[in-house]
Amino acid sequence: MAYTLTVNGTSRTVDVDPSTPLLWVLRDQMSLVGTKFGCGVGMCGACTVHVNGQAVKSCSMPVSAVGEQPITTIEALSENPIGKRLQEAWLDVDVAQCGYCQAGQLMAATALLSKVPQPSDADIDTHMSGNLCRCATYIRIRKAIKQAAGVAEKKEG
Amino acid sequence: MHLRNDQSRRSFLKASAVTGGGLMLTFNLGTAKAATATEANIGAFVRIAPDNTFVIMAKSVDIGQGVKTSLPMIIADELDVDWSQVKVELAPLDTEKFGAQNVGGSTTIPRNWDNMRRVGAAARQMIVSAAAKMWKVPEGELTTGSGVVTHAASNRKATYGELASKAAAQTAPDLKTVKLKDPKDFKIIGKPTRDVDAPKIVVGQPLYGIDVQAPGMLAATFERSPVFGGKLVKANIDEIRAMPGVRKVVVVEGITGKGDPARQNGIEAGVAIVADTWWQAQTARRKLRVEWKDGPTGLQSNANWEKTALEFAKKEPQFNIRKDGDPDATFKGAAKVIEATYSYPFLAHATMEPMNSTASFNNGKFEVWTPTQNAAAARTSISKVMGIDEKDILVHPTQRSGGGFGRRAQPDPAVEAAWIAREVGNGTPVKLVWSREDDIRHDNYRPAGYHHFKAGLDAQGKLIALTDHFVSFGENGKFAPMCQLGDNIFPAEFVPNLSYGASLMQLGTPMGPLRAPGSNALSFVFMSFLDEVAQASGRDPLQFHMDLLAEKRVAAKAAAPAANGQPRPPGFDAERMRGVLQLVADKSGWGKRTMPKGTALGMAYYFSHAGHLAHVIEVTAGKDEVKVNKVWVAGDIGSQIVNPIMAESQVQGAVLDGIGQALGQQVTFANGRVQQGNFDDFPLLRMNEAPPVEVHFNITGNPPSGIGEPALPPVHPALANAIFAATGKRVRSLPFNKAAGFAV
Ligand code: FES
Ligand code: FES
Repeated sequence: MAYTLTVNGTSRTVDVDPSTPLLWVLRDQMSLVGTKFGCGVGMCGACTVHVNGQAVKSCSMPVSAVGEQPITTIEALSENPIGKRLQEAWLDVDVAQCGYCQAGQLMAATALLSKVPQPSDADIDTHMSGNLCRCATYIRIRKAIKQAAGVAEKKEG
Repeated sequence: MHLRNDQSRRSFLKASAVTGGGLMLTFNLGTAKAATATEANIGAFVRIAPDNTFVIMAKSVDIGQGVKTSLPMIIADELDVDWSQVKVELAPLDTEKFGAQNVGGSTTIPRNWDNMRRVGAAARQMIVSAAAKMWKVPEGELTTGSGVVTHAASNRKATYGELASKAAAQTAPDLKTVKLKDPKDFKIIGKPTRDVDAPKIVVGQPLYGIDVQAPGMLAATFERSPVFGGKLVKANIDEIRAMPGVRKVVVVEGITGKGDPARQNGIEAGVAIVADTWWQAQTARRKLRVEWKDGPTGLQSNANWEKTALEFAKKEPQFNIRKDGDPDATFKGAAKVIEATYSYPFLAHATMEPMNSTASFNNGKFEVWTPTQNAAAARTSISKVMGIDEKDILVHPTQRSGGGFGRRAQPDPAVEAAWIAREVGNGTPVKLVWSREDDIRHDNYRPAGYHHFKAGLDAQGKLIALTDHFVSFGENGKFAPMCQLGDNIFPAEFVPNLSYGASLMQLGTPMGPLRAPGSNALSFVFMSFLDEVAQASGRDPLQFHMDLLAEKRVAAKAAAPAANGQPRPPGFDAERMRGVLQLVADKSGWGKRTMPKGTALGMAYYFSHAGHLAHVIEVTAGKDEVKVNKVWVAGDIGSQIVNPIMAESQVQGAVLDGIGQALGQQVTFANGRVQQGNFDDFPLLRMNEAPPVEVHFNITGNPPSGIGEPALPPVHPALANAIFAATGKRVRSLPFNKAAGFAV
């Protein structure tokens, strides 16, 4: 079945089974491999992309459900000013260990700051808890989000 | 480990022209007599471009532990260039040139620290010699910095780039005696340095095995026998072959591996489905119906093991591991005797990037791309399983791996990909990607274990006797791989009457190293039980442990088990441990803070992988849950932290990893099958559960050692001890959510 998707501002047509998750369309059909496979069941967030500006787990969205909604992947995140600021903060804080989850983390964090420009710790917990990091870089993810948002870090201890 | 013989002991340098100008300096460092003699034949190379930029090879792969950054940092500092002038490249698999390239066991820093310094220093020395000859001045009058040689007296300067070809003509210095920097002059080592791949990570560039792309590539999935060692009886292969996109269905009979773990050098029985895309292969797989013959491992289950372990624990151990003094007689005369049984579960690795590998087979030759901690082992395994000479197998480790934790030390995904690619043939690249369920159900697990402890205190509250009956896995008095208890495990040598003994149960599933192997379980049982002993002694745990550690300075046999052929790193040193214990007590305010009711601290320390680590954890007990408020860590990993920003991150990651394991992770078996499959039933810690972790290092005059692992083992007991302090309830089995009353 043919589907025409708008990905990172470009319209592309793919011929796939309607059940094919958006994740695998991006990775296998469009060679956009920055979006990662982690669990396939919506539990890890490695596959997070933006669909219509919302953070969506692309492993759990069949291509047939995308319709005309624009899709943004990590490869085009720096065109989003919030995304760009987060990427800079990620580098500054040196968030990544293995780095595998970080595309999903950045996509989720961008969606968070787009909705809540000055997130509290509770906001970060709520919005980021769907994104697993096996290396457990959570402390730095939190720090980088706050840095990008210009929110002061809570003094600990 | 293979040691090269005399002919290459001499260190030498090879110079060769590089396309596009510049010069490549290849250092083959001396072998058996190399300065530290820790490596057979370590080489590394520095490429100097005419524009005075430097390509430095990272000899080992990055699995998130940061060595692709830290190893080149060491070379660059001794070379005396600026980090901004350096570009890092990952070295190809070439153990002749680079020495052992595998990563694991927190060994990369300890075994390369000295060698990498000497590589950098030798290169600098040759450049200085070239300048001295050119200007006809004594070498001693020359200084270097930022890739420039300066002769101050005559006000002459030359860049390394300008000197490169002359430098290559110099005789290489003796690596054993090449002059190294005074550590106080380090400019790069010890400075927080960002991961070299970070700019690529944040924009989603392809770096991982799962990202490999090649023209004409096909995708594969592999349905393995649900029971390790099981065989396929029949399957609906014809139906699968007709599914959309399916190009080939490969039935693998299975070869029982001979190695450690048992999966190594073998391949599991199953059905591989090769299709145009992974989703098509996976969709076809859902229609697959296989009848399996389980074999004896189909009988294994947690229920059976738990029953047997309890029965065994009541009897004498089947065999003895260590015996000092006379524990039994001491218990009889002891003022107090404490007894307890502890257990911990099997664990999976669950690396974030699922297992995968890409392979092609053409004219009897393999080419393989694999995210691995040990590319050389992958090559050997493929060679053994396929009967193809190693020289006809080209293995590319990928730029990064999405986590390792010991799982990627095993080559099974590479062997499977190679097998499937050979069946497909024609040089067609095939990418095999495991699902998360494949990953959780076909791992080389951290083994479960059961410990029955007994301890005796004298009238002054001093620990005078301790025994451990360890119920583990193996046969005929031989532990299964990863299932052993060493005779050196703490508190051996610190208690006068002590015995360790073991009894073994059968196990058919392969086990493998998981971050801080051995220690990640033993720390929980020993350091929790010692906390019980401390409580019984009536002393504050800090005081109890300080007294225990006052007994002896260095435990002679307590060194971490040496990796193959490697000399043992410095062993357990009571003085170093007291140092970190005091530091963490000070930082956490141990015994100094008044806390609200229900809030309390727990402490634990452990020596592993040459690191001395001590943790304090603060928890608050609610009605039916325990909240972790904060973790303090003090570590002693020697005289130099190579990259502080990464060392801190490794500690924080290890601590949170440990909390995640303690709170909810376990792998259980029924009918020989793993019962978990994804992150719903094998949960990782999440953002909302991650407490702050404060990290401190005690810098001591010991050789630098690794930090990927040793911060994990103290976590579980520190948490259990904190829960006890807050609630009065002792948790003796992992994960904690199993224990009644703890929905942590
Ligand atoms: S791969 Fe989509 S949530 Fe895990
Ligand atoms: S950085 Fe490795 S999984 Fe997040």
